[in-house]
Amino acid sequence: MTEQRVSYTLDSTLETVDSAEQAASRIASEAGFDDDEVMRIAMAVREAAVNAVLHGNAYDPGKKVSLAFEQTGGNLVITIRDQGKGLDLEKIPDPLAPENLLKTSGRGIFLIRSFMDEVHISPSQTGTEIKLVKHVHGPSEGVKEASQ
Amino acid sequence: MSMKTSTRQVNGVTIVDCSGRITLGEGSVILKDVVRELLSKGQKKILLNLGDVNYIDSSGIGELVSAFTTVRNQGGELKLLNLTKKVHDLLQITKLYTVFDVKDDEASAVKSFS
Repeated sequence: MTEQRVSYTLDSTLETVDSAEQAASRIASEAGFDDDEVMRIAMAVREAAVNAVLHGNAYDPGKKVSLAFEQTGGNLVITIRDQGKGLDLEKIPDPLAPENLLKTSGRGIFLIRSFMDEVHISPSQTGTEIKLVKHVHGPSEGVKEASQ
Repeated sequence: MSMKTSTRQVNGVTIVDCSGRITLGEGSVILKDVVRELLSKGQKKILLNLGDVNYIDSSGIGELVSAFTTVRNQGGELKLLNLTKKVHDLLQITKLYTVFDVKDDEASAVKSFS
């Protein structure tokens, strides 16, 4: 796999969620993942972006979402960072617990963990960083480094 | 592609044909509005045809759950019809497949309403 990095700085809007998903879909496809894996990666990124925009930055126009894709060492590594108060992992209920099955929210982190090989969540007082890792098993193609 | 819906009546059951994506924002709002409007008209037997829904995110799942409980709390029934593989898999991993009454044949689905 060719080493490369693409990064974006995005506003705290719903459009960002769609943009993040589309970028993930394109880059995962270019990295050689099959259609099902591309869909899972794109959904994981979408859910992480939703968390960053809604729960992290709370749509604050003064706060940004950082999104970076890195292909390195046979992995696709995706990092999403917000500027919110920091996700409280203790407060995230188990969405599979019988008492939570009919709750209308709280499945985002679960879906992210379901779809990615590794998930590292680092909350701090200045924001939350979620690092998603997917191991590349198929062939990959390189794209040149870019930054927006 | 955003979500689109159309409704039709079959033997007292309202079938809502959905297409597109049920996601945070427009898709979830459309689903909520459709169900709320049906309930306001007293139509409480609702069959959501998701055959042309190719994508649902966690917000969309939440909206399906909300629709299910809202209809049930008003004495009605909401069932799902024609899940695509992606939506089926999503309901499996979230353990909601057994919560919803999922059908794959419209005629028998309509008959199944009490």
